[in-house]
Amino acid sequence: MALPLTFNIALFYTLFVVLFTDVVFCNNGRRVGDVMDTEFGGFSVPLEHSFEVDDVAQFRVRGALVLKAGREPSVALTQNQLSEEDRAKLKEVAAVDGLYRIRVPRVLLQADRQTERQLEGYLTAFVRACAMVESHLSDVISLHTDVSGYLIGVSIVTLPGACRGTEVEDEVDLEVFNTTLSVMGPVNAPGPETALFLERMEMETEKKGKNPQEQKSFFAKYWYLILGGAIFLVVSSAAQPPAGGGSEQS
Amino acid sequence: MAKLIWLCLNFVILCSTVGAVFEDQVGKFDWRQQYVGKVLFSNFDAQSQSSKKVIVATENNVFASLNIRTGELFWRHVDAIGPEGKIDALLHHGQDALLVVGDGRLLRSWEINIGGLNWEIVLDSGSFQSACLIGQQDIVKHVAVLKKTAISLHYLSNGHQKWIENLPESETVDYQSVYSGGNGEVYVLGIVPHSHIAIVVYSLDDGEIIRQFSVEAPWLSNIQASCAVIGEGMLTCADSATVSLYMLDLESQTEMSQIPLQSLGLEVTPGFQPVLRSTQPNAARPPLSEFFLQVGPEQHLLLQLNDGQIVTLRDFNPALLVSFATTGEKTIAAVMSPKNTTACSVNLFSAETGRRLLDTTLIFPLDPNGGKPEELYVQAFLKKDDSVGYRIMVQTEDHTLTFIQQPGRVMWTREEALSDVVTMEMVDLPLTGTQAELEGEFGKKAAIQDGLFSMVLKRLSSQLILLQAWISHLWKLFYDARKPRSQVKNEVTIENLSRDEFNLQKMMVMVTASGKLFGIDSKTGTIVWRHYLDNIPANAAFKLMVQRTTAHFPHPPQCTLLIKDKDTGLATLHVFNPIFGKKSHVTPPAMPQPILQSLMLPVMDQDYAKVLLLVDDQYKVSAFPSTKNVLQQLQEIASTIFFYLVDSSQGRLSGYRLRTDLSTELIWEVVVPTEVQKIVSVKGKRPNEHVHSQGRVMGDRSVLYKYLNPNLLAVVTESTDTHPERSFMGILLIDGVTGRIIHEAVQRKAKGPVHIVHSENWVVYEYWSTKSRRNEFSVIELYEGTELYNSTVFSSLDRPHAPQVLQQSYIFPSSISTMEATLTEKGITSRHLLIGLPSGGILSLPKMFLDPRRPEIVTEQSREENLIPYAPELLIRSEWFINYNQTVTRVRGIYTAPSGLESTCLVVAYGLDIYQTRVYPSKQFDVLKDDYDYMLISSVLLALFFATMISKRLAEVKLLNRAWR
Repeated sequence: MALPLTFNIALFYTLFVVLFTDVVFCNNGRRVGDVMDTEFGGFSVPLEHSFEVDDVAQFRVRGALVLKAGREPSVALTQNQLSEEDRAKLKEVAAVDGLYRIRVPRVLLQADRQTERQLEGYLTAFVRACAMVESHLSDVISLHTDVSGYLIGVSIVTLPGACRGTEVEDEVDLEVFNTTLSVMGPVNAPGPETALFLERMEMETEKKGKNPQEQKSFFAKYWYLILGGAIFLVVSSAAQPPAGGGSEQS
Repeated sequence: MAKLIWLCLNFVILCSTVGAVFEDQVGKFDWRQQYVGKVLFSNFDAQSQSSKKVIVATENNVFASLNIRTGELFWRHVDAIGPEGKIDALLHHGQDALLVVGDGRLLRSWEINIGGLNWEIVLDSGSFQSACLIGQQDIVKHVAVLKKTAISLHYLSNGHQKWIENLPESETVDYQSVYSGGNGEVYVLGIVPHSHIAIVVYSLDDGEIIRQFSVEAPWLSNIQASCAVIGEGMLTCADSATVSLYMLDLESQTEMSQIPLQSLGLEVTPGFQPVLRSTQPNAARPPLSEFFLQVGPEQHLLLQLNDGQIVTLRDFNPALLVSFATTGEKTIAAVMSPKNTTACSVNLFSAETGRRLLDTTLIFPLDPNGGKPEELYVQAFLKKDDSVGYRIMVQTEDHTLTFIQQPGRVMWTREEALSDVVTMEMVDLPLTGTQAELEGEFGKKAAIQDGLFSMVLKRLSSQLILLQAWISHLWKLFYDARKPRSQVKNEVTIENLSRDEFNLQKMMVMVTASGKLFGIDSKTGTIVWRHYLDNIPANAAFKLMVQRTTAHFPHPPQCTLLIKDKDTGLATLHVFNPIFGKKSHVTPPAMPQPILQSLMLPVMDQDYAKVLLLVDDQYKVSAFPSTKNVLQQLQEIASTIFFYLVDSSQGRLSGYRLRTDLSTELIWEVVVPTEVQKIVSVKGKRPNEHVHSQGRVMGDRSVLYKYLNPNLLAVVTESTDTHPERSFMGILLIDGVTGRIIHEAVQRKAKGPVHIVHSENWVVYEYWSTKSRRNEFSVIELYEGTELYNSTVFSSLDRPHAPQVLQQSYIFPSSISTMEATLTEKGITSRHLLIGLPSGGILSLPKMFLDPRRPEIVTEQSREENLIPYAPELLIRSEWFINYNQTVTRVRGIYTAPSGLESTCLVVAYGLDIYQTRVYPSKQFDVLKDDYDYMLISSVLLALFFATMISKRLAEVKLLNRAWR
């Protein structure tokens, strides 16, 4: 994500110009997705963060999220480095086990016009400031959208996530964010898998049909057992009368 | 072939895991109680003195017949829930009872002896107003049903319609009442509020309008509330503004005559709307000329209309309730008046003269834990000496029915509040007195405080007590043994309630919608205590919490009931002892602010009461109990206390963290736009749930670890678009501490009602598939993978990797009413889902069938793992019904509680009925069977023992002999 950053910035800036100048943009509502895909449109919202010793949130801009709508929404992030002052503060906050919070405005990814995109309010998430420090600012931010493309939640975790109390000596480690960013929509929950089951059933019956041994009737299959049983019965019944007679005689 | 055998084996194993009930076990571990609900209409079967039925129609759309000797149900008919099955009117004639159901949709006639349906007809549409029986020449043959725009007459014998007539000017006139005095005319009384009364008289024979006139009555707004027909067609209305009665002869006059009550020497309590109550014992004859006039909350007058003049027969002051009753040709008036704080007295008076009948006093005991009497139903009968005897059924505010015989013997009571249980908990019973004594003796505190000598004394005294208890137990055994078995009763009282060996008997604390609390012994279903809270708002929400269990002797157990008014959000707390039902002396905090959320912490104060946190609408937190100790503890752990709030109207889920000064800070926010979907339910895990195994052993002997996040919330949303093609339901799994969305799935072409169970590492939900038009189950399971991130402790703040999510769906052949999972002490026993079906069955479905790892293609590994091959349909096997033929009508909730035995889970299903049983999801692996042959095993053991002894001896002798040789 970090590699093509400069390229991305350049690309998106040009795209902004295209998008904003493109005022009389016409499409018939049905093919929004298609058009957006080909147009490769995107828009930017601020990503803000806050870390204060007294835990009263004061959000400042951390970077800009460039969201691209479409069937497969994607996101890119441009963010500033932490200043000297901020680094010191972050370490201070981490020392008192404060929180590092982020927030993004609520937006609708799928809308055509800027005015429709923005909704009232923010989505916030947090991570312990010490985890942020100890992971050397490597965080994973995911944005969650709902079915219709509304941003419904944001989450942040650091890697590694634990606070072990290890001191971060090198100031340089706290300069650049190493952010992994993703945007996730809801997955489609599976319904009952009837087709495959039926197919399997069919295959099994077919297999049975192919195997001639399986198709034999009960008698055809077990004739030797039945015959054996019958012989045994006959023999035993034939053997009994003399024995019985013998016992009667004695 | 191998596959087939494998399948067969599987089925054998699976079927055998569910132990069905043997015939001789019926009712041994389970019981059922059937209820009818709050009574709306009630009639005694007045055929003869020996009749023992009372028929009731209730708010819960139930029509039933009760045995007046025992209070048990003869029969019961349960109609559809809601307005569709609402019983509008109950008319009783001879052996038939007529019901108008569903706002005048149906007219039904029931045979009341066996509860069979005589006939049923569908009435023309229109909202129902009134119904009455119509007779002529002393024979009642018809019933008239008045609707908003039409009146119809039906034969009693077969329900066929005799005639139907549209009402004139029905757009302006509000027809409210129908009356017939048995003279071949049917009077329909309508009103234009604050203007005039409109009266239409129909001929009984052909429905022709005989007369039609209107009378000025600008003061009248509602006929049914303030008017009654008295005597020979005299419409009498009471008006509180002018404090007078208005009378109108329906046959001749065209103007109402005003009779000021003052002229009769009567006064009305200011602000009280006088109420008239008349009686028409026989529908073929006009009503009696005697009637009751209620002039104050506790004052009734018995008046008589005599040649157009009103005469006061008797003044009843104070009188709580009055009622008329007729037997043979005699009509009597029963009056209930307060006697003292603990009882009311009921007396009979002759309706004609107002004289008190001798020897008719009956005492009605007022339950201090019950409500005030609300309605009085009287059954009068003629004794052999022609005097009048009677029994009464009293309905109180707490929906209790009490049936009393002279002189005050309570025959039975029915707690109909239990037909509407809202929430419940099961609490362990306390130890017996002797056990508690021992506990107290060896308690830690005691040992430190006392010296050696007093300890010895204590030991001796407690041993004496034990001896005494043992002797009395022996004596009781001996005493009972002499009596025939049928007479030995094991009455359950508070005194002999104690915990049994395996903690199978518990106290069920039930909270009902009417605000009455019950303590029920789970073994027998006996109501041990009841307590009526009389200031409950109509739309209250209840949350019951156990703050202190019975484990902390000598501190009494403590339950807290949070009662919240849904409109204002204002809440009150009721703190009580769940074993005795007594209100605790602990004063709950006053809560002037609306309460948003409550949460029970595992933190305890010095008296072992768990701390309850209440969050108000200013996001301030108050603790209960709020002692210094508690506040100090809270300060220490404040930064680890997180809670979440759900605002479904805005689709907002937000997380907060507690600060040391008991204020809160917002730490995360998730917003689900309400334009697209709305949050319908949020479900966490049960705090008392244990999971025994951390993972599952796979076919290749590796372990798949479960994702056991105790803070995980399952959020269910439904789309606002209800079109079958576009509707969907969403399921969000959110960590309640960090607000992280763990999983987000959407089930397309599905809609609610969604039932969901969330436990261990799985979520099971049921929905309606609009595409396939069937009910479907879906299961989500979460796994960490083959390696645990941190095996010692789970922290939501430090679990960066998202879990693996597996999901599978199945077809279920029935709709469901409610769903719950079994719960056992240590979580070793496999889990079952208990599903309440609308048919009244409770299905115990092994969770094994709802496993997303069920393979579609069977492999060696899946076989090794004991996974059942995937089949899209979940079958309902009849042996899975845990309530065999004990139908639980309209089941609304299932409560599960662990017992002291790992194999056993206690189950209570409640709805209109209450059913309690035990289930053994993995069979009774830790219990010997009922028919276990102790004699055989012990005799074999003994025999073997002796055999060894003897053979040893013999061997010794033999050896000795050999040595001598």
